[in-house]
Amino acid sequence: MLQLSNVSFRYMKKPILQDVSFSIPVGQIIGLVGENGSGKSTLLKVLAGLLRPTSGEVLLNGTSVTRRSADEIAYLPDIDLFFDFYTGEQLFQHYASQFEDFSYDKACIVAEFLQVDKNVKLRQLSKGNRGRMKMAATLGREVPFYLMDEPFSGLDPIVREQLIKGLIQFTDIEHQTILLSTHELYEVEPILDQIILLQNGSIIAQEEVEMIRDVSNKEAVQWMKAFYKKG
Amino acid sequence: MTIDFSRDKPIYSQLVDRICGDILKGKLVLGDRLPSVREYAVETGVNVNTVQRVYKELEAMNITETKRGQGTFITTDDGRIALLREDMKNQLADHFLTSIEALGFSKDEMLVVLQNKS
Repeated sequence: MLQLSNVSFRYMKKPILQDVSFSIPVGQIIGLVGENGSGKSTLLKVLAGLLRPTSGEVLLNGTSVTRRSADEIAYLPDIDLFFDFYTGEQLFQHYASQFEDFSYDKACIVAEFLQVDKNVKLRQLSKGNRGRMKMAATLGREVPFYLMDEPFSGLDPIVREQLIKGLIQFTDIEHQTILLSTHELYEVEPILDQIILLQNGSIIAQEEVEMIRDVSNKEAVQWMKAFYKKG
Repeated sequence: MTIDFSRDKPIYSQLVDRICGDILKGKLVLGDRLPSVREYAVETGVNVNTVQRVYKELEAMNITETKRGQGTFITTDDGRIALLREDMKNQLADHFLTSIEALGFSKDEMLVVLQNKS
């Protein structure tokens, strides 16, 4: 279980996250949504141990998260150019050298499923193909937690659909958890168990997707918009 | 193929309806094996937990049965499917009645229209 308690994060005195508390159980896909600048990326980095909170605590199975926690957490960054001088194959080899849990074979299978050529340099790939390659490298790791920062942003609907299917195909939801930030809530909703809504660095709502539909007869996008009208 | 889900109903119940519909249409036949939970999740683009719920629901409705180690199968009980047929017809009729009532049409008026439709 990944747990945040009263986490705040400031950057140059500017509060980015304010008193955020929640826990992520194993066995779910959770969507992190909110406007640009609401703190989604920062929250993911804090959870991954890449940023240290100004106050509060991040616990992974009861112990404090640090950069060392990377052996249980796979983090997919939102930057587009990432190891762009490598070919896909070299990227996988690099991952294999960094992470004991990385399976080169699995990464290749995912790359094949996503139909991207691992012999081409990342910089020579289209943006969609780089997104696919990043996903293949991330899913090549076998960890309890995947944290993905905007894995679908800027990609066309066909690539998005493929990545979504890849996520379902290559994770084991009984033992793994995915927390992903996204603006494509409409398309991503069917794979989410729950949604966390961030606004100005605070969690303003957290709800199960099927509950939203069952109780309020609304889809997630409408549900989310209702909070902004109120605010 | 991913499915477009309607906005106001839980996804699991839309998938239950979809599988029931496939049985009524004869796309799925008595005794057919359903895809595994993961296969169906990938096919429809839906969370594995949701598909698990769909399969549980179908089993609770006695429309499918799970055989250990072999998978989930459509029931071979044709009485159950006949019942499903009736249920679906009734549901459809209720839905229709609510809709025409909302627009102020009478049942008799609509019956004439229905009969004249080919």
